[in-house]
Amino acid sequence: MPNQTPETFNGAQIVVRLLERQGVRTLAGIPGGAILPIYDALSKSTLIHHVLARHEQGGGFMAQGMARATGVPAVCMASSGPGATNLLTAIADAKLDSIPLVAITGQVPKAMIGTDAFQEVDTYGLSIPITKHNFLVSSADELLSVIPRAFRIAASGRPGPVLVDIPKDVQNQLVEVGEWPEPGCADPVPAPVAELIERAAAMINDAARPILYLGGGVVHSGASEAAVALAETARLPTVMTLMALGAMPVDHALSLGMLGMHGARCTNLALDECDLLIAVGARFDDRATGKVAGFCPQARIIHIDIDPSELDKIKTAHIGIAGDVGAALRMLLPAIATPQRAAWLARVASLKEEHPLRMPGIDDPRTPYGLIRAVANCLDDQATITTDVGQHQMWVAQAYPLRRPRQWLTSGGLGTMGFGMPAAIGAALAEPQRTVVCFTGDGSILMNVQELVTAAEEDVNVKIILMNNSSLGLVFQQQTMFYGERIYASKFKGMPDFIRVAEGFGVPAIDLDQESDPQAALAVALSTRGPMLIHASIAMHEQVLPMVPPGAANKEMIGG
Amino acid sequence: MNSISGTENQALSRTVLELDVNNHPGVMSHVVGLFSRRSYNVEGILVMPVGNGETSRIWLLVNEDERLDQMVKQVEKLEDVLAVHRHGAEHEVFVRLEEFFL
Repeated sequence: MPNQTPETFNGAQIVVRLLERQGVRTLAGIPGGAILPIYDALSKSTLIHHVLARHEQGGGFMAQGMARATGVPAVCMASSGPGATNLLTAIADAKLDSIPLVAITGQVPKAMIGTDAFQEVDTYGLSIPITKHNFLVSSADELLSVIPRAFRIAASGRPGPVLVDIPKDVQNQLVEVGEWPEPGCADPVPAPVAELIERAAAMINDAARPILYLGGGVVHSGASEAAVALAETARLPTVMTLMALGAMPVDHALSLGMLGMHGARCTNLALDECDLLIAVGARFDDRATGKVAGFCPQARIIHIDIDPSELDKIKTAHIGIAGDVGAALRMLLPAIATPQRAAWLARVASLKEEHPLRMPGIDDPRTPYGLIRAVANCLDDQATITTDVGQHQMWVAQAYPLRRPRQWLTSGGLGTMGFGMPAAIGAALAEPQRTVVCFTGDGSILMNVQELVTAAEEDVNVKIILMNNSSLGLVFQQQTMFYGERIYASKFKGMPDFIRVAEGFGVPAIDLDQESDPQAALAVALSTRGPMLIHASIAMHEQVLPMVPPGAANKEMIGG
Repeated sequence: MNSISGTENQALSRTVLELDVNNHPGVMSHVVGLFSRRSYNVEGILVMPVGNGETSRIWLLVNEDERLDQMVKQVEKLEDVLAVHRHGAEHEVFVRLEEFFL
């Protein structure tokens, strides 16, 4: 918009206008003294719907839910001091799972920074190690470049969170704006090196026992179709990380499901035998690899990642390809022969036959696997599934028939209890046409339980499946398995009445324990629009199996 | 990527890293934070603005170990780092300063 008559705006109005121009239509946050000018400007926006979280961490996870469901950077806001510190966990979580987030925090006026002013904390310093980049804005004029840059950085390359800390006097400072900057969008990624792609294709064509290893980068890149096409063309048995679930339908003939600590025996055993590992947008996380020296010990490695620092970080790759994984896969495809691989595919089939994922109780909705299956029976692939962190998360990862990229929103890297419900609210706000199901536990839900009132207020279509085993289940399981059954601080003595808790927050609730036909009750609950809490007791002794002991090689699985 | 013991540390040779960075408060924090979170000691630091002061040059003296390649990749990812060059320990920038540390 050239040659406009300059108009005068304050910093807060500039922020709101830039968010509108960026396409932000929903954001989550909590106001406080140091961010009031921005909230005043926000109150005049007819485009942006502000969702009032009840804890800044909840607001941060709502923004994450929006970003994870859509892939577009989402925004959360908090005031200075405790507002900002409360947001940090959600930001760190976004960093570890590479989620594009723009966090905007108020700060005390510039002249008071460094004086230990009321609600002053070094938000910039605190957020350095948990953001992709961060800003402390020193003038209203600077906002015109910083806000679009924040979105560009969050979305470019490997996505991640960006924090913009804005002192209150900068929000109030008046400046003339002649021309608005263009919204920030992702920078183009340099194309993968063609020669490396050729060598990778040759290595895939020559391999006798290859496995395709998909990570969250495949979802971020929108490369699921290309990944499935590569698997089908090159006949590659395929494993997925926790973050990649949904990239290939789990019931695809080539899918071996999730690898690692709670992967099926057949999956980890197949990896143990492979002679070529093709890692795509995966970072060899310790929960996926187990003891690194024992991970795919016979395999050569092709590693494709958008972040060059991931190449050779944990495992040295024989061919390391930096670039967008979707672009790399599309370059690879035409160079792939269609080998028979009959012996290897037969070997994998026999491993699947002999060592499948065992899901005891799958037909009984009063068991963990059975409950998850019963929920899945009521839904189609359009539903979005979020989880909290713990046993329920691993059971759902193992047993839910995930078939769609971005269907599955879970806290992978940081493993943050309290993620699931606010993330589900965010996902439902971003995609109101979907049913969003949050699987949670009695430990996790209490870590952001206050957001139940936000769910009621926004009337989001979120169904919370509360798997209640009266314990911190995964801690209980580890103490049982690895600490001589010395159960300590993992069994809850007091137990809230979750039905009344939900109803007290304005969310209808049902107790599956009281239902004579739980499957029928679930069907009704899941097809009724609006928020709902569904409580189901499960036995405390239930374990997630198989399990690779922490520090052991993946083939040393217990149980399952 | 395990940290190394003190005796191993002394046996290692050193590397000089030259970083061109944007000159504003916080850049130094971003750079050294990458080292400190990995318990990777920075033996020497030298920073001065370059030209009109829009950018600065940071010289780092570090022990060379197997994590150095990863460190350099992490430093290169920083938004405010424009370029990274590696030099051998014989680079004179820190040698010339030794008289101030007697």
